[in-house]
Formats: sequence, structure tokens, C-alpha cells
Amino acid sequence: MSRRIAVGQGSCGIAAGAHKVASALLPLLAGKDITLSTVGCIGMCWLEPIVDLYEDDRLLARLVKVQPQHTAAIAEAVITGDLSGVADLMITPEDNAFLTQQTRIALRNCGIIDPESIESAKQAGAYSAIGRILSAENGMTPEDVIECIKVSGLAGRGGAGFPTWFKWNAARQAAGDEKYLICNADEGDPGAFMDRAVIESDPHTLIEGMLIGAYAIGAQEAIVYVRAEYPLAIKRLEQAIFEAREAGYIGKNIMGSDFSCEFRIKAGAGAFVCGEETALIESLQGQRGMPRLKPPFPAQSGYWNKPSNINNVETFANVAWIITNGGEAFAAMGTEDSKGTKVFALTGKIRRGGLVEIPMGMTLRQVIFDIGGGIRDGGTFKAVQMGGPSGGCIPASLLDTVIDYKKLAATGAIMGSGGMVVMDDSTCMVSMAKFFLDFTAKESCGKCVHCRIGTKRLQEILTRIVEGEGQDGDIELMEELCNAVRDGALCGLGQTAPNPVLSTLRYFRAEFEAHIREKRCPSHTCTALLHYAIDPEKCRGCTACARNCPVYAISGAVREAHEIAPEACIHCGKCMTVCKFGAVTVQ
Amino acid sequence: MNCECSRQHSDLSLLEPVFAEYADVKGSLITILQHAQEIYGYLPSDVIYCIAERTGETPARVFGVATFYTQFRFQPVGKYLIMLCDGTACHVNGSARIAAAVQEYLHVENGGTTEDGLFSFSIVACLGCCSLSPVMMINDSTYGSLTPELVLEILKDIQAKEAAE
Repeated sequence: MSRRIAVGQGSCGIAAGAHKVASALLPLLAGKDITLSTVGCIGMCWLEPIVDLYEDDRLLARLVKVQPQHTAAIAEAVITGDLSGVADLMITPEDNAFLTQQTRIALRNCGIIDPESIESAKQAGAYSAIGRILSAENGMTPEDVIECIKVSGLAGRGGAGFPTWFKWNAARQAAGDEKYLICNADEGDPGAFMDRAVIESDPHTLIEGMLIGAYAIGAQEAIVYVRAEYPLAIKRLEQAIFEAREAGYIGKNIMGSDFSCEFRIKAGAGAFVCGEETALIESLQGQRGMPRLKPPFPAQSGYWNKPSNINNVETFANVAWIITNGGEAFAAMGTEDSKGTKVFALTGKIRRGGLVEIPMGMTLRQVIFDIGGGIRDGGTFKAVQMGGPSGGCIPASLLDTVIDYKKLAATGAIMGSGGMVVMDDSTCMVSMAKFFLDFTAKESCGKCVHCRIGTKRLQEILTRIVEGEGQDGDIELMEELCNAVRDGALCGLGQTAPNPVLSTLRYFRAEFEAHIREKRCPSHTCTALLHYAIDPEKCRGCTACARNCPVYAISGAVREAHEIAPEACIHCGKCMTVCKFGAVTVQ
Repeated sequence: MNCECSRQHSDLSLLEPVFAEYADVKGSLITILQHAQEIYGYLPSDVIYCIAERTGETPARVFGVATFYTQFRFQPVGKYLIMLCDGTACHVNGSARIAAAVQEYLHVENGGTTEDGLFSFSIVACLGCCSLSPVMMINDSTYGSLTPELVLEILKDIQAKEAAE
């Protein structure tokens, strides 16, 4: 019997203080027969830092929101085996339901294994699938592998949902001996962090999935293109590649077979458009990341004009599981059109935010309310944004929509890479649309006129609307522009850039009209449209508002009702924050 | 015309190990620029000319690539680079209030550096720590669940640490 303490140390856990907890535990365990290990992210971000206590492989207790001052009690508990001293820190059954309602395949080892140890990954089964494929007696041919992936129904998890087997097969069939396998880990959608979590928590699963892909298409080199903003992910992946090479899983004649594959990491340099596969290839070649015209597709002519296959991190993270458990097991989950599971990054105004992996076919309501616990701070659900700058907002009336590529696309949003940002009634949908257009206008690479200038014009119109200068006809003008940008752009960035505007117009048109016609922001977000006033009945004349007003727009004598001069007011809201009597109102 | 580059005298010998490893590897321009920025903290124009010469590219193309990517900077940055996330989750959870607090306290614009050269401030796209939103990174450390009060506390701690040194 041996006991072990595992401290969750993904980027989020570390930001919440997991390093401090681990450093405080270390001296307390000196000389004791207790192991202190690092694990990745379990995905229950709102409970970080998280500390798990194990006896052999059995989880004794999961402790949450742990701070350095709790470490003495934790050390005592794990040394004596008496957990009563840490009872207050244990996860509640309600919070634990966040995990028990999930089905984890891509995230199967996240938060459980030590991402910096290949031994830990191997104990969890890493490299057994590639071992089986390469075994001399009952191995699998590349065609067998592609067939297995075809049976599974696995589709690209980066957003587009293209069948994985089809891309692999096209690259396999392409003429030429020199081929490349590329992993797109340039996770640029604001509000999405699934890929970061997989690389930080379970890098060997990604490496194994890529090895299988490289074997299937006949590639000799595998490249991971990672965002430079993810330093911890890069560090752990470097370590994992090093260990895998030492262990003979990377390099020449892998596991004694005639399959050879080299690995390397390329750090991106910050350009959202590089998530588009041909732009990513340009960037890998040291160029500006501007998309190419398709066809030819990368499967025919990609990196250095050689046949190349590009998949997303989450897609690869499913591959080894599918080989081990069979394509049928994966296809047994999900809906007719969408098989298997999907990982979502649940964030925003949600009570329990984090990583959620569920079988396709669950409803949005189940994910947001049953797993995520609904809206935090007593707010009311207004919309959920899916698919980032390429996606759209889904309103409350469509909460029973089933998670499936086609069903989500029918709402005007998309499955996307998995960002799921929940908004409550304090979020203004016009300013949300502006937020995304600010983003795409900035990230447009400039190659296509419609995207470069169209997104800029859309951004300008949205800016004037939130600043109270919207004009009659703006809505129609935006709709016309949206269609032009969608039809005139070469790549996915431009073609989908209008989605945030079109989907908010579709479901929240009245909010746009209120901004334009009534110069009013119904959710009280757009500062230029707010009108502050002091209720003379409630005002006690304490002068707090007048003293705090940065532009001296409030006048009134002591113990008499105060007044705001509307022409001087800059709508900062300071008076409302400092008023102790609730006398300041906003409209 | 006043050309800045004639006044810049970066120690170009620091680039030699980078050239030794990458100058002959095709497609390495971005990697070389990343290493150069690590060495100098930004990309001085004489460094860009030097890279162009050694890689056989035109200076225009090297500038073209460098300006395409947000990671590359052409001005020196402060000792502490504050990157405030304005991804969707942070935006919904009030990153604008955090930005205002930082700007008011440090008297610095987005993209600017404080007069003492201690802090640079930059509003960036998603940092991928959405569950802790609003989030910022200062150099390699991530800070989450920020409030205007907390962010001032963090900045004051750094200033106090620097004053003590």
C-alpha cells in the first residue's frame, strides 16, 4: 500500500496558486513514504487549486480550493490515513456531478496522470495502440487504420467537422514519398482552451495519435504548430517528445518496425488566421500566414508543396482510444450525423466553468444547466456563444438544441472548436457582435478585399451603433455587407466572420433597434447610451456622489436631493457605485 | 529624413549561434525572429537588416513577415510586460474595468510603456485561461479572477519589489 498526493498543475491551476500549495506540501512530506506528484488539469477550473489523495490507484479524496494554509492538515491526513481533518475541503457531491455526467475519451487521462512522466502515461495505456498497429504478428496496415477511423465516424474537432478518414485517405493516396503530418494547436478562438488542456495534461496521447496518423498517411515527419501564448504546453510537449524519443517511440524503426517518424514543435507567432490550414502551412514555411487558394488541397500539395495532412489536437487525442476500443465503440456514441464525444470549454457567466466532454446528442440545456449548474450570481440565461468569431449566439428559446454538427449549424452558430461562452441578461448582444468584429477586423490577413474592408466597415457601423449614433438603414446595410463578405472571402476566417452579426441580428434584432432608434441599451452595457439620474425621494444629500464625480456633473446642497447635469455626465457610473442609499438609477 | 537605424548599434554577434543553427534551414525565418526578440527584447531595425542579409531575404520581406505577427515588437518593452486578456470570457466578465484600472494607475496606453521603463501594457487576444476570467499575464506568470483592487495590489507588489532592489 502506498499513498500519493497529486496536485493539479495546468496553467489555470498554477494561476490559482497550485505551485504554492505543492511547494508548501513538499517539506511536510520529507522522510515520509508519501509521493507528491504533478498532474494536469481535471477541468474543474472553478475549484482550483485541486489536490487529490490516492491510496495505490484508488482516489481517497478530492480536495478543492486548497490554499497553502491547508497543507499541514492535508499532510497529516495522508500520513495517518484519517481524513477527518480535511473534511471541509472535500468536493461536494453537487460539484462532483460535473464530472460524473461526462464521458471522457479525449480527456481520459487529463488530471489523472503526470504529464511530465512517460511512465505515468504508459501505465494509463499510452503507446499500446501504436504498439498493436506495429506488432509483427497481428498488426494493422495503414489501410486498416484508415478503415477503423472511417468506421468510428471521427470528424475534425477544430470546427469544420470534416471526416478524418477522408483526409487521411486523400493524403495516403497522394503521389510522392515525402509526406507531412501536422497538428494544428494554434488554438486562437477567444474562449476556447481544450487543446491547451490536452497538451498540458496528457501530451503523450497527442503524440500517439499523431504517430498513428503519420503511419496511416505514410508521413516521415510530424510537426506540432502551437500558439506561442501557451508556454507551459510547449514545455511539457518538448519534454514528452524527448522522453518518447528516448523510449523508441519517435525516430527510426519505431518499436522495431520499419516505420520511422520524426517530431518537432513550431511555435506560432500570434495570428488567428493561422488556424486556417493553408495559412498555417505558409507560416510553417516562414512566410506571412495568408491562406492559399484551394484546390489544390494540402493532401495533394501542402507543406513545401508535398502531400500534407492537418488535424486538430482534440481529433488526434481520440485516435489511440479508437484503435484500442474499435471504431464501432466510438460510433456507438452520438447522433446519426455526429459520432463520439466533443470537448467544450464552458465559460462566461456560468456557475461551474471548465472542461466538459460529452457524447454528441446531449442538449445545450443539459450541458449548461445540469453539468455547468446554470447562471452564476443569480442572473438569467440570455444566450450561449459557440464557435468564437466564426460562430454565433444561441438564445434561450433554442436551449433544447441537440449538440450535433448539422443541428448547431441550423441555429446560425457552429460546433466550432469547442468554446461555449454563456451570457446572462447583463450582456449586450450588440456590443458582443462588435467585440467579434473588432477581433476579425484586426485578424483579417488582408488578402481578400471583401474580408479586409468588409469587416472594417461592419466594425465601424457597430461602433457607431453602440455609441448612440446608429442610423436608420444600418441593419439592412450590415446584412448586405455580411453577405458580400461571406461570398467574397477565400478562407474560413472571412467566410464566417459575418456569423456573429447575422446570428445576433436573427435572435436579438430588437436590441439593435433599441440602440439605433431609441438610443437605449436594454442591458445597460453601452456606456454612451446610459442615462444616470438621482431619485430625489431616496437621496439623503450625503454628497458622496458629488465628491466622487470625476467631472463635477453633480450638484446639490448638503442634506438636500442632488441632481446630475446630463450634458456634463460622462456615464462612468461612479455615483451609482458610491451611493449607499440606492438613489442613483440608470436607464 | 531621419533614419532611426543609423543610430541603432545592437550587438549583432549575439545572433551568431542562432544563424549557426537556423540560417541554412529553409522556412526558419519566424524561428530566427523569435530568437532575436528573445535576445534583444524587441526587433531593432539593424537586427532585421542583419537577418535579411544572412538569410538571403530582402529586408522588405523580413519586415513583412515580422509585422504580420502580433508577437513581434519594434520598440523596446518594459521589464514587466502586462498582457491583459480580452478574449470572449474575459470580455463578458469585465476585462474593460481591469484595463481602465491599469491604465489609470500606470498612466500608460494600450501598447505603451511607462516612463520609468518598468511596465509595458498590452491588451491581447485570448490567453486560454477563460475559467479564471478576467485574466492577465505579467511576463510568464498568469493572474486570474482579477478585480480592479487586486490588479493594483499586484502592480504595487512589483513596484515595491523593484524599489527594494
